[in-house]
Amino acid sequence: MAKTILAVDDSSSLRQMVAFSLKAAGYQVVEAVDGQDGLEKAKQQTVDLVLTDQNMPKMDGLTLIKSLRSLPGYQKTPILMLTTESSEDMKSKGRAAGANGWLVKPFDPQRLIEVVKKVIG
Amino acid sequence: MTIDISQFYKVFFDEAEELLAEKERLLLAVDIDSPDPEDLNAIFRTAHSIKGGASTFGLNDMSEVTHVLESLLDRIRKGEMALTAQHVDAFLAAKDILKMQLDGHRNGADVDQEAVANVRMMLHDLSEGVIVPTHQPTVPSFLHAEPKQQVAEGAHRYKIELPDLAKRDVDALVDELGLLGRVSVVPLAAGRTALIIMTHESLDDIVAICSFVLDPSDLKIFEAPPLTPEQRAKEAAERARIEEEQGYGFFDPADPEDAGAHEPTEDELGYGFFQPIEQIRLEAGIVAEAPPPAPVRPEPLEITEVAAEKKAAKKGAEGAHAQGSESSSIRVSIEKVDQLINLVGELVITQAMIEQRSSGLDPMVHQRLLQSVAQLTRNTRDLQESVMSIRMMPMDFVFSRFPRMVRDLAGKLGKKVDFITNGAATELDKGLIERIVDPLTHLVRNSIDHGIEMPAARVAAGKSESGRLFLSAAHQGGNIVIEVADDGGGLNRERILAKAKENGLAVSDNMSDADVWQLIFAPGFSTAEIVTDVSGRGVGMDVVKRNIQALGGTIDIRSARGFGTTILISLPLTLAILDGMSIRSGDEIYILPLGFVVESLQPARADVKEIHGQGRVVKVRGEYLPLIPLYQMFNIEPRLTDPCEGILVILEAEGRKAALFVDELVGQQQVVVKNLEANYRKVAGISGATILGDGGVALILDVAALLRSSRQLSDESVLF
Repeated sequence: MAKTILAVDDSSSLRQMVAFSLKAAGYQVVEAVDGQDGLEKAKQQTVDLVLTDQNMPKMDGLTLIKSLRSLPGYQKTPILMLTTESSEDMKSKGRAAGANGWLVKPFDPQRLIEVVKKVIG
Repeated sequence: MTIDISQFYKVFFDEAEELLAEKERLLLAVDIDSPDPEDLNAIFRTAHSIKGGASTFGLNDMSEVTHVLESLLDRIRKGEMALTAQHVDAFLAAKDILKMQLDGHRNGADVDQEAVANVRMMLHDLSEGVIVPTHQPTVPSFLHAEPKQQVAEGAHRYKIELPDLAKRDVDALVDELGLLGRVSVVPLAAGRTALIIMTHESLDDIVAICSFVLDPSDLKIFEAPPLTPEQRAKEAAERARIEEEQGYGFFDPADPEDAGAHEPTEDELGYGFFQPIEQIRLEAGIVAEAPPPAPVRPEPLEITEVAAEKKAAKKGAEGAHAQGSESSSIRVSIEKVDQLINLVGELVITQAMIEQRSSGLDPMVHQRLLQSVAQLTRNTRDLQESVMSIRMMPMDFVFSRFPRMVRDLAGKLGKKVDFITNGAATELDKGLIERIVDPLTHLVRNSIDHGIEMPAARVAAGKSESGRLFLSAAHQGGNIVIEVADDGGGLNRERILAKAKENGLAVSDNMSDADVWQLIFAPGFSTAEIVTDVSGRGVGMDVVKRNIQALGGTIDIRSARGFGTTILISLPLTLAILDGMSIRSGDEIYILPLGFVVESLQPARADVKEIHGQGRVVKVRGEYLPLIPLYQMFNIEPRLTDPCEGILVILEAEGRKAALFVDELVGQQQVVVKNLEANYRKVAGISGATILGDGGVALILDVAALLRSSRQLSDESVLF
């Protein structure tokens, strides 16, 4: 069965591109428009991987990650942050929040798929 | 696997446009002295999102501007720098530049590079040189996508032995595989060919690509041992020779020995994991796949199954493609919509015919047919409403362009203006909306330039320093009423009269205010003492009035000295369909737009009075209204000449009322307006025509013109 990925990004063009690329690679994708929406969608179903942007209205990526980690069923789900900054500061914040990894924006679709494959096959 | 992201450009363009508009809105609303942190965050986010998209889609010029912008905004939102008016100006200028760049990418519009440089300089200056050129991730440029040929050492080398293939297929394969890495062609015995590919991509991807051209089971793929330094040198030389031949080439990393020596770091890769990947996978309960088969021996790899899977995946991908391009809106050309509206218009007419013809049938005998006709009527009306709503757009489309204009104009003139809009969600036909922009722009300019006074003058007059400019839209019956109001000095009656005399217009000092205000619609009329570059060149109000009238609308002025001016524009919601009341006079049927009809009545003989030289009037609810006999206007042979035997329809437009004398009321129906001007010529007193249910043609009366002429009414004169 195809693995399901939750893609959270407030930019619809990026979100659609991410979703399209992942679908093309055979994954199922659930899209969410901000952290709050992401949290709601995560509650409605279980997903195999979460990809989240950091800077979003309503709820940012770090808060989303922290909230997800407190949800039953999401303690161990791989979460990757998509960020525009790969600074040590952001990495340590992400790690503290409970993310499993990061991917710096901009990325090309191949890179994204490559990373996702590494994580969930 | 290659993924075409060009289809997302449009999404990005739309999104960026929205973000820019949002950014402008936020910037205009921000309180410079005590900005709301939430607003600053939101402004920052717009720049941030545009930058993210622009860099992903390879629009480097935009990502460069947004990068500078974002850094500055970041410092402001973190409180490292106070927001100043200069900042807001610079941010607005940057918004304009980004819009220009966006249009450049989108429509190939010209981009003023000097202006771009100026704004970037301005933003740089504002950050006072504190911005260190930060680490900007290299931006992949998809617009000018080049094959990813910079293959670092440490990539795999595969030798692919191809079956007997046409040269065309081999070339196609080389092109496709070229996207994965560096490919060279090696001729084999018996006319067959082998490809050597050096790539980071997995074997699966290679097989997947090959499967486009040939059956993967015919392939033999070997993982070739890494090149020895001598081989590498030889290969480089060979490649140089080939590149020489084909006229282009790619540079190797500066020091291949060094590059090959170390694993790419996380920062080079652009991603990283906080735990070993195996641990993440294990904890997430992802079953590890069979150890990757990586025989270094030159043995054919087992690929058939993989290829089959890939084929299936490809099919799945196509399905996903169809799904991915789904969206909540589609773009349709306006011609198609208009054609649809026209067809529905014809359908409405046909339906009316059926309804009319079936009305003579015996309801007992034809009960089921009549039920179906009634249902058809309902469905047609619903269909018509839905189709018409396609063309409706919110007034916000017009209103949203004003805050910026008001701000810039007020700044230029040294005035302070609070701009307030209301009813931006009110919907109006697209055709009307586009044509109302210019007149409204003119009126708003006028209000700021001539209406609202300088701050000092306002304070002296006991008003607040900032003037108020109010723009609103609301539905009123079948019309939309747009109001442009200011609390400025109001119109100057004496000056308008003096100017009108100077221009040779017929005026008298006894004219009512309303008539005096109408004078400013005369061609070439301007009372501005100083002709500014904003307005006051005397081209204007007459054009505004003409444009509004051409849309079937009316324009009205209210003004009080010292209290401001209000301009009211009334427009029909749509030009294509109207609710009409059909009336009969003699043998003719006419349509009255229902919006103008107040009531209809049969007068008592005592209420109809003759006024010498002014025709007849009728007293309706204590009000004397001019009585207009329709048969006189169009020279129709009347059946009735006594108003007390016929029907009076009370009409109201532009604040005037009159009673139209007709023989009888026929009915009320929606009519599809057919333009008389386009099909015949303009006829005074007639605004259009329509086709009736029985196939006959009925003329639609121009009620406003009819009422305007009612003043000069006399029993003998034929109007118009």
